Amino acid sequence: MLGLEKRDTLLLGVVIVLTLFAPFILNPFPADSGLAQFNAGYPDLMQRFVIFGIFAIGFNILFGLTGYLSFGHAAFLGVGSYSAVWMFKLLSYNVVPALVLAVIMAGLFSALIGFISLRRSGIYFSILTLAFAQMSFNLAYSVLTPITNGETGLQIYTSDPQYLQSVDAPSFPNLFGAAMNSSTTLFFGDWTFTFSVGYYFCAVFLILAFYLAIRIFRSPFGMMLRAVKSNQQRMNYTGLNTRPYTLAAFVISGMYAGLAGGLLAAMDPLAGAERMQWTASGEVVLMTILGGAGTLIGPVLGAGFIKYFENIFAKINDNVLHGWFAFMPDGLEDAMVAIIHPFVGKGWHLTLGLLFMLVVIFLPGGLVEGGQRLGRVFRRKDSNAGSVEANAAKQRNEAAE
Amino acid sequence: MAILEVKNVGKRFGGLQALSDVNLSVAENSVHAIIGPNGAGKSTLLNCLVGKLIPDTGSVMFDGQSVLGRKPYEINQMGISRVFQTPEIFGDLTVMENMLIPCLAKRDGAFQLNGWSRVVGQQDMIDKAEEMLRDMHMIDKRHMHAAAMSRGDKRRLEIAMCLAQDPRLLLLDEPTAGMARADTNNTIDLLKQIKDERDITIAIIEHDMHVVFSLAERITVLAQGTPLVEDTPDRIKGHPKVREAYLGESQDAA
Repeated sequence: MLGLEKRDTLLLGVVIVLTLFAPFILNPFPADSGLAQFNAGYPDLMQRFVIFGIFAIGFNILFGLTGYLSFGHAAFLGVGSYSAVWMFKLLSYNVVPALVLAVIMAGLFSALIGFISLRRSGIYFSILTLAFAQMSFNLAYSVLTPITNGETGLQIYTSDPQYLQSVDAPSFPNLFGAAMNSSTTLFFGDWTFTFSVGYYFCAVFLILAFYLAIRIFRSPFGMMLRAVKSNQQRMNYTGLNTRPYTLAAFVISGMYAGLAGGLLAAMDPLAGAERMQWTASGEVVLMTILGGAGTLIGPVLGAGFIKYFENIFAKINDNVLHGWFAFMPDGLEDAMVAIIHPFVGKGWHLTLGLLFMLVVIFLPGGLVEGGQRLGRVFRRKDSNAGSVEANAAKQRNEAAE
Repeated sequence: MAILEVKNVGKRFGGLQALSDVNLSVAENSVHAIIGPNGAGKSTLLNCLVGKLIPDTGSVMFDGQSVLGRKPYEINQMGISRVFQTPEIFGDLTVMENMLIPCLAKRDGAFQLNGWSRVVGQQDMIDKAEEMLRDMHMIDKRHMHAAAMSRGDKRRLEIAMCLAQDPRLLLLDEPTAGMARADTNNTIDLLKQIKDERDITIAIIEHDMHVVFSLAERITVLAQGTPLVEDTPDRIKGHPKVREAYLGESQDAA
């Protein structure tokens, strides 16, 4: 179906179901219960899940397939955001021209940076991309203030021309009238579920982005990209020019980043330079590795995982902790809170860092490998068979990825 | 008729004259061996043929066209395939994928942005790759990761990948280096079979005299960057200059 193998169709189906039913799946706890703070089914966070999922899927096409580790992809995200906001300022709040320009600008920008950076490989490539991204950040922050509005960030003012904006159209980014911030809430017993236009708009793009990634992974082009990662020398002596392959992968991933940046601006029409900072570039690297670089679903899982931590763990403060341990004697309660305190709230990075280390050390294939290992434990035949069988099973799983 | 014509090639690395005034002519559909003691310049010469190095002087003509200044992938597309001393294959890919890549490179050229078509849809290429694997008795290994194979199988796969491109000239750089006797004999048989079944010219650099004398129709002896003699294997065996070059080497080694 859709030109996919059975396994890939299944994977795409899982992603479609998960994204469409996310408002239910992410809100498992009743609104008034003590566990409600673990609910992630509110529009703002769900939008982040899918937008950064798109960003990571694109990054994975470069890093997962060719092995070229870019530390500057946030620059393309930022370019996408700025382009989108400029379209809002000049034309109208319609998101279509904004997203089109975001993708085109990010593509052009990544073609330029990629053309220069890809003259080197390995650590030198990473450093070059990092340098370009920091240059872009500094340009956006200070030198290019007329275009980027410097440290205030680019936003939309009532004095902006908006030549195509009609009087009755919503004054918020919208798709032909459907405003991105409008939503419907469904009350079901103690549960509340929110369905936002913005989330579903992003979800459609995530599904399309994921489908395109599957097609690329299974194409001769995708196979050549994996060959680049495996042995460039053999490629050159097999009559293949590696440079356009890597550049194409770089530009495609840059355009994914531009789309993600455009969507961020469509959900909240402002763009700041901090979106291009190197920590933002590092984040997408973490997402991809945590989920499983080179796998299809891994980057989406990694993006969801990190964004969940960032938003949910960061909200757990001392008051919440005291509430949890209230059943304990006073002294013990204070001790428990003191122990856990550094790992939650503002210290969520610490937990994330520890988890990242555990994954890299024990599951080099990321969360996807963890899932595969669990699957193998349940399938007794594979785990109990001799080493040859186990090896074959491993290869089968890898080939299936 | 000569398919490869090397004229007055010289190459200097700093103070070392690696090659000087090398003339070599490889006849079409022949097996030509280049032998010589360590440091004679065999590998430098090979690298000058495939575009890895550019000679300081002289010319290298393949089928009437100069290869100088062309990139390795361009020279490969002209019809020269190279087998490396240590097998260069795509270790992370399956054996089947390893075979598909040269087939696609032959059909689609140096670059093709076909991200929308499907590998499983390239039936003609898959058939070609499978036929090649069958010829090489590797069809049962097609789902294996190439890195997991034995060294002998890796060598066999690399040769199969080169042949899948239907090259006119196959360059082999010490194809049996580090191999056990049995693997060496298998490789010799394989190369004999290739020579008998295909219209292909083979140029081989080799240390192992057993391999050279079992395969070569013509031998060039290289010493200190210049060709010493070029003749048939029978005449090379007893040639005093060749003995001198090799004896000199063994005395140095002792």
